[in-house]
Amino acid sequence: MLAGATAIFLFVMALLVLAFLRGPAPASDEADEGREKVWIVGLGLGFSLTVLAALLAYGLIVGERLLPRPGPEVVTVRAEGRQWKWSFGYADAPGRVTEGILHIPAGRPVDVEITSADVIHSFWVPRLAGKLDAIPGYVNVLRIEAWTPGDYAGVSSEYNGPGYKDHVFTVRAHDEDGWIAFLSGEEP
Amino acid sequence: MSALRRHRALTRIWASDPGWKGWFTTVNHTDLGRMFLLVAVTFFVIGGILAMLIRAQLATPRSAFMGPDIYNQVFTMHGTIMMFLFAIPLFEGLAVYLLPKLLGTRDLAFPRLTAYGFWCYVFGGSLLIFSLVAGIAPDSGWFMYPPLSSEIASPGINTDFWLLGITFVEISAICAAVEITVTVLRYRTPGMSLPQMPIFAWYALVTAVMILTGFPPLILGSILLELERAFGMPFFQADHGGDSLLWQHLFWLFGHPEVYIIFLPAAGVVSTILPVMARTTLLGYGWVVAAAVTLGVLSFGLWVHHMFTTGIPHMGLAFFSAASTLVAVPTGVQVFAWIGTIWKGSPQLRLPMMWILAFFVTFVIGGLTGVMVAVVPFDWQAHDTHFIVAHLHYVLVGGFVFPMLAALYYWMPHVTGRKRFFKLGETAFWLIALGFHVTFLAVHWVGLLGQRRRIHTYDEGQGWEVINLIASIGGFVTAIGFALVIVDVAVNAAVAIRGSRDPWRAGTLEWAMPTPPPAYNFASLPLIGSRNPLYEDPDLPVRLARGEGYLGDPSRDRRETLTLEIASGKPAYLVIFPKNTALPVVMAFVTGGIFVGMLLKLYWLVPLAASGVAALVARWVWVLGSRHDEGPQEVGQGLALPLATEVADPPGWWGSLVLLLGNATFFGSLLFGYAFLWTVAPNWPPPGYLQPDLLGPVLLLAGIALSMAGIRLADRRLRRGTGPWLGLLLGLAGAGAVGVAAASLLLGTSHDAHAYDATVWVIGGYVLFHAGLTGAMTIFLALRAAAGYVSGSRIGEVQIVRLWIDYTAAVALLGLGVSWLPGVLT
Repeated sequence: MLAGATAIFLFVMALLVLAFLRGPAPASDEADEGREKVWIVGLGLGFSLTVLAALLAYGLIVGERLLPRPGPEVVTVRAEGRQWKWSFGYADAPGRVTEGILHIPAGRPVDVEITSADVIHSFWVPRLAGKLDAIPGYVNVLRIEAWTPGDYAGVSSEYNGPGYKDHVFTVRAHDEDGWIAFLSGEEP
Repeated sequence: MSALRRHRALTRIWASDPGWKGWFTTVNHTDLGRMFLLVAVTFFVIGGILAMLIRAQLATPRSAFMGPDIYNQVFTMHGTIMMFLFAIPLFEGLAVYLLPKLLGTRDLAFPRLTAYGFWCYVFGGSLLIFSLVAGIAPDSGWFMYPPLSSEIASPGINTDFWLLGITFVEISAICAAVEITVTVLRYRTPGMSLPQMPIFAWYALVTAVMILTGFPPLILGSILLELERAFGMPFFQADHGGDSLLWQHLFWLFGHPEVYIIFLPAAGVVSTILPVMARTTLLGYGWVVAAAVTLGVLSFGLWVHHMFTTGIPHMGLAFFSAASTLVAVPTGVQVFAWIGTIWKGSPQLRLPMMWILAFFVTFVIGGLTGVMVAVVPFDWQAHDTHFIVAHLHYVLVGGFVFPMLAALYYWMPHVTGRKRFFKLGETAFWLIALGFHVTFLAVHWVGLLGQRRRIHTYDEGQGWEVINLIASIGGFVTAIGFALVIVDVAVNAAVAIRGSRDPWRAGTLEWAMPTPPPAYNFASLPLIGSRNPLYEDPDLPVRLARGEGYLGDPSRDRRETLTLEIASGKPAYLVIFPKNTALPVVMAFVTGGIFVGMLLKLYWLVPLAASGVAALVARWVWVLGSRHDEGPQEVGQGLALPLATEVADPPGWWGSLVLLLGNATFFGSLLFGYAFLWTVAPNWPPPGYLQPDLLGPVLLLAGIALSMAGIRLADRRLRRGTGPWLGLLLGLAGAGAVGVAAASLLLGTSHDAHAYDATVWVIGGYVLFHAGLTGAMTIFLALRAAAGYVSGSRIGEVQIVRLWIDYTAAVALLGLGVSWLPGVLT
């Protein structure tokens, strides 16, 4: 996308520079009609529409792939934001609540049910997925998946008052044994 | 009569009061335009200082310069000031100054309204600046998302300053929009049919209509949030059936069109200046007009792209992603039309042109990153990072500030009548252009590295330190550049030598007058036959000064101008403008009482100030009109036209029509909110619905029938030369019946129980207000008729009241209908 944007930018700039370099053009109504065809119909409508249609299709396909789909492997966890803490619950270990650290199994898709206890927050683990808002009265579901065990930094990414900067959390992805141990109540 | 004597006579008629008094009593668009621009630039300087504080804070990690409490106020106010107190008012100021001159007329349609809007802007803006100085400024971010901005999370007065101050300022946007729309549609010089209009007028028209349809959702949202904060009406509280997402919808329903409301005037400036700089005419005028209109329409269909991360269903995302990318097409059409224009002509690299080139470079990058964030998966990562901050600065600074600098240097000789002599502007250009790109390329970069927006500081070791330092240095260079521009303008305005009348050899009418412009603009109004009248007829300014156009005879000793039929450019009627008056500034001050009363919770002050405003409005309208028929008036060139007081569609009727468009959008937003809460909000349905008895609907229907029939009866009786009394009495009874029906909504629900009740309260209150308004208008009309201002030929005021009565009937039927329906069905 960056390469495409750069190419378009350079193309437009080249047209602009050329406009200054070339000599005076013929002035007549016919010449203007021709110019309208080239500049407005050709470049303005044709070029813009083609590029944008391609980009949109790409975006939709990628977006579709990121959608949470049900499957036997899926683990469900719950994330609740509040000023300025995150607490996490686990469908596979009812009653278990952790603060500041979300535990997940590595290599399995995880659905995070995100909600808020007060103002709007946003759940964002840049290396695992895009962000999704935590909104009072709603539960939004975000699909994440960590390929390898380890700690992943997470932040709140919707401005939520004075404690915003330090409103962070960690996602800890366990290997299979670690996950079973966590569910059985052992502190990892 | 010689040109000089005509000049003196017209100046005596049109001039503002001399001395300091003139500042407060002027209704002249040239004066008010300059005042608007000056105040907007002042706010820009304040906003710029805040920007420098932000960059100083972020220059180093773990900065101890500001704590989060102060920093949150600073970034909130930076955004708020730049958006609401700088960008929109700067457009208003430019349009107020320029439009009548471009259109070849003598003032805007409603000179006192211009002044009222200006003073509302000054007073509302002052409220916000006061909060900043006092350290109690809004601190929830410039888009004020509840519940962070609700009473629970922001108990202080800070948020109220925002909600009330901004709503106060928005009065001026609505006034300006009404004014610009009516002026462009009707106040042009003879012969200027719609296709002959200067391109800027088209852009101003589209922008004004967008303000009328884009601002009401924000005004509604602000009122609802203030009602929630002051009286506990739970519109945005999920526990009581409200929904914080309703605010986001209302805000961005305004906020996205707002971006184009800011961009379109700049595009209008580019479309005006660029052809002159390239010594040619604009390529594809019709296409550019179509692109501007399309952009205006499409911009209302993509507000949800600010909410991609709120959990909107996937189909919705796809739709709004498509709309967001589609909006790039009309933008592309305009950009290529401009580049084609340069190819067509022979461009000259003068200062305004340099700023337009800076606009191209910056805006194209901003547009491309905009298309990137319209792609949903990308946005899920970039949202709320500094990448977005950089993107929006590229769009707004590149797409608005740079073209406005082009406008500044292009029209400065017009405002001052002087030629630029000290060339600080070129140095300033390079400082700003380079400084800006250094800053915001760095900000893009640090955003991609994950730096969130609005954090008050950051820790070492994330690789952000150097980038932020570079961004801050670039920011300071930019600021020095802006300071230099101000010095450049001040010095050149004060001491530079007198310049020639049309320094750029442009073709539009604003250059067909002496500079600095006289109070009356044109000594006589031209008959034109092309988009660039000065290219067709270089002697036009001299002929106008000699009085060889319309209305060149000042002997009637009153402020006269012409209106046209909308499309054709045929003269329609003669308008007499009001004289200098302090009424606007007084009324703006009293209006302020409503807002201050709400702010300080002095609720007794609110109805008091509102009655004061009502009394002043009555006074405002009373001084217009005439007690006898004057018949057709000579306007020169052998043409005689009726006076505005003796037609059925006077300016006030057009103004009402346009204002009602904005009002209808407000009401539509209210119904949208009702439907949204109903279908989407958690904790619905409410415990119980309002159960109407038979009396309410009967009163409503009878009231509507009576008021609509009454005003029509009064109209017919007046035209036959008999008294309107019976009709007016019926109309008043009708308004009363509608009012009682609306009041039953307020009595049947408790305002703070559930979002449903609160919404029904607001709908009932809205209808009640309109019933009261039409009742008051009917009484006013009766007084006017009794005093002899209304007759069979002076029938315009009756049409105005009829328009408001019909509107009230429609909103009463709809509003009370949807409030009663659920109770009837269950």
